[in-house]
Amino acid sequence: MNLLKKCVAVLALVPFIALACPEPEVPLDVAPDRAQDLAALQRGAKTFVNYCLGCHAASSMRYNRLRDIGLDEATVKANLLFTSEKVGDVMSIPMQPKDAKAWFGTTPPDLSVIARSEATEEGNGRDWLYTYLRGFYKDDTRPTGWNNIVCKNVAMPHVFWELQGTQKMVLSKPVAEEGKEASNEEGKFDHFELVTPGKMSKLEYDTTVADLVAYLQWQSEPTAQLRRQLGVWVVMFLAVLAFLAWRLNASYWKEVK
Amino acid sequence: MAFVEKKLPANASAVDKGLAWVDSRFPLTKLWNDQWGKYYAPKNFNFWYIFGSLAMLVLVIQIVTGIFLVMNYKPDANLAFASVETTIMRDVPWGWLVRYMHSTGASAFFIIVYLHMTRGLLYGSYRKPRELIWLFGVGIFLCLMGEAFMGYLLPWGQMSFWGAQVIVNLFGAIPFIGPELSLWIRGDYVVSDATLNRFFSFHVIAIPLVLLGLVAAHLIALHEVGSNNPDGVEIKENLDKDGHPVDGIPSHPYYSVHDIFGVTVFLVVFSAIVFFAPEMGGYFLEANNFVPADALKTPNHIAPVWYFTPFYSILRATTSQFIYALEIGVVAYVCMIFFKSRLAGLWKTIAVIAGAAIIIAFNVFEAKFFGVVLMGVSVMILAGLPWFDQSPVKSIRYRPSWHKYVYIVFGISFLVLGYLGVKPPGVWGSAFSLDIAQTVSQICSLIYFGFFLLMPWWSAMGTFKPVPSRVTFHAH
Repeated sequence: MNLLKKCVAVLALVPFIALACPEPEVPLDVAPDRAQDLAALQRGAKTFVNYCLGCHAASSMRYNRLRDIGLDEATVKANLLFTSEKVGDVMSIPMQPKDAKAWFGTTPPDLSVIARSEATEEGNGRDWLYTYLRGFYKDDTRPTGWNNIVCKNVAMPHVFWELQGTQKMVLSKPVAEEGKEASNEEGKFDHFELVTPGKMSKLEYDTTVADLVAYLQWQSEPTAQLRRQLGVWVVMFLAVLAFLAWRLNASYWKEVK
Repeated sequence: MAFVEKKLPANASAVDKGLAWVDSRFPLTKLWNDQWGKYYAPKNFNFWYIFGSLAMLVLVIQIVTGIFLVMNYKPDANLAFASVETTIMRDVPWGWLVRYMHSTGASAFFIIVYLHMTRGLLYGSYRKPRELIWLFGVGIFLCLMGEAFMGYLLPWGQMSFWGAQVIVNLFGAIPFIGPELSLWIRGDYVVSDATLNRFFSFHVIAIPLVLLGLVAAHLIALHEVGSNNPDGVEIKENLDKDGHPVDGIPSHPYYSVHDIFGVTVFLVVFSAIVFFAPEMGGYFLEANNFVPADALKTPNHIAPVWYFTPFYSILRATTSQFIYALEIGVVAYVCMIFFKSRLAGLWKTIAVIAGAAIIIAFNVFEAKFFGVVLMGVSVMILAGLPWFDQSPVKSIRYRPSWHKYVYIVFGISFLVLGYLGVKPPGVWGSAFSLDIAQTVSQICSLIYFGFFLLMPWWSAMGTFKPVPSRVTFHAH
């Protein structure tokens, strides 16, 4: 009976076992570092609340923490709070997991620490997000009509299509070997080509995404700057202490023959 | 015996009188003197001898930071991740600092303990009469591994969940009792809230209590026989007129002040990591662990934390092909014991029977089971070191020069196993229809086991240098 229950439990999981994003097919672009730019962080916060919070929660992030990037409570209440939430609440969303599964196949991931979760040895999470948000292309074989070069077959539609426009993927042609015909297999990703322009130019869109990604990175660890600033003092203090301890030790050990 | 109160002259200070009151009822001054104050340690300790004190420091750091973390952590599958990422990291003042100290402390503990064990290897610190110190140490190492493994589940991230799932499923490979054993450990058919709760209990109370007991035993055993030193000279064999070793110095003040210096240097490095690189490129805080655990999403690459990877590599290296190599190895080893050792006849008979049983088992049970067995053996084999080592001298300083290269090759194999354990399988491609990384892991595993199992022979080979009667000490 136990074995039967176990088999059923395992089999029940089979249709739903999905993989996280597969390894990206392209090298990641390097996102500009705007962690010190408060204006960029504030613009990013605005983009986040307007475009992302509809589906993605940031349930570790409280609205009033935005004061750390220079937005006072009045500004937050006037511009960034749209529902009945209070300024001390976390950025949760009303979407129910059951509905999310029906609409997207999965719940949109929480974005509180998304920049930390996408860090790799090759690039930090900022780079992954920057390349991802600029990597959507038209793909009519997908339910949403969009695919992504960084996260293949992603369930997320291109939320920024109005700003970036519609781009399509151009593949490099496979090189024919001498004396043989060119193979029919698809080439690798070569570049994107803009099919329909959006409201923003490429530069404007890239900078909007850079601001958003800077905000997401800040949101993933709001204490990062404080941590580094404190660290300088702590390590300097301990270095002085180590020096004094070294001389104290030497003074005692002079007596040892 | 009638109770005798220590009496001090009337003009003695209040502190002295207070101390005398306590000393009449509790051996406080005696404890201090025996364990540290007047504990005579060799005066020629070098850099390698700081790691014991540092290990104690990190144990205290982990316990204190752990106490504060538990004040806000919630051991519930639905609440755990948020209690770390929302409450501790953001809402609790300085919570982020306590969390980073605890995560960095865990990795620092293993770096320190590996270096501490290396010292033992270099200077023969496990040799008679210090075998029991070494065995308590192996016990501490095992508890530490369990403690770290259980602690890692608590943040309830993807790596926490799936790492635990893989490792607990390994117990399922044990024949006959495996699946029931895994079920018992997990408390459920998959890693779940039940598992989290029991791992929390083990991590916070059960194993720390055992650890504290073992550390106390480790230190008591050490102070009973006295410390070894880089020359492997027994300093108690040369006493001065006061009964103290001529090559010894009282730990207080000399090693108090020496260890304070060592601690401050450690704290500089520790703080640099905590404040500037707490994630350490994804090795101390893994990126995938910032995603809440999801039983329905398998990560692309599941690997244990870096400090387990050498042993995990050995597990992965054990394929059915490797079992053939091991069978040959077992036969060769039994022959060596039978023809080339000085063990009593009874032991030789036992060796032959055990060898035969192992060969039969290799052909009955699957490689997966032996991967688990070898992983366990690779840790437990450390306990045999006092008996494997048949060298006439303790310290590397007086062994034949080529012994150094044996240790270096062993060390490199261990590091290579560790490196390959972090990487996904097939990371070095293939050649001659062989997976290069897997073949290298297998060779390094053979070197690892060979180092210990062949030690009774190679440790006694070569021309040894004369061991001095006094330690090598240069005045500071």
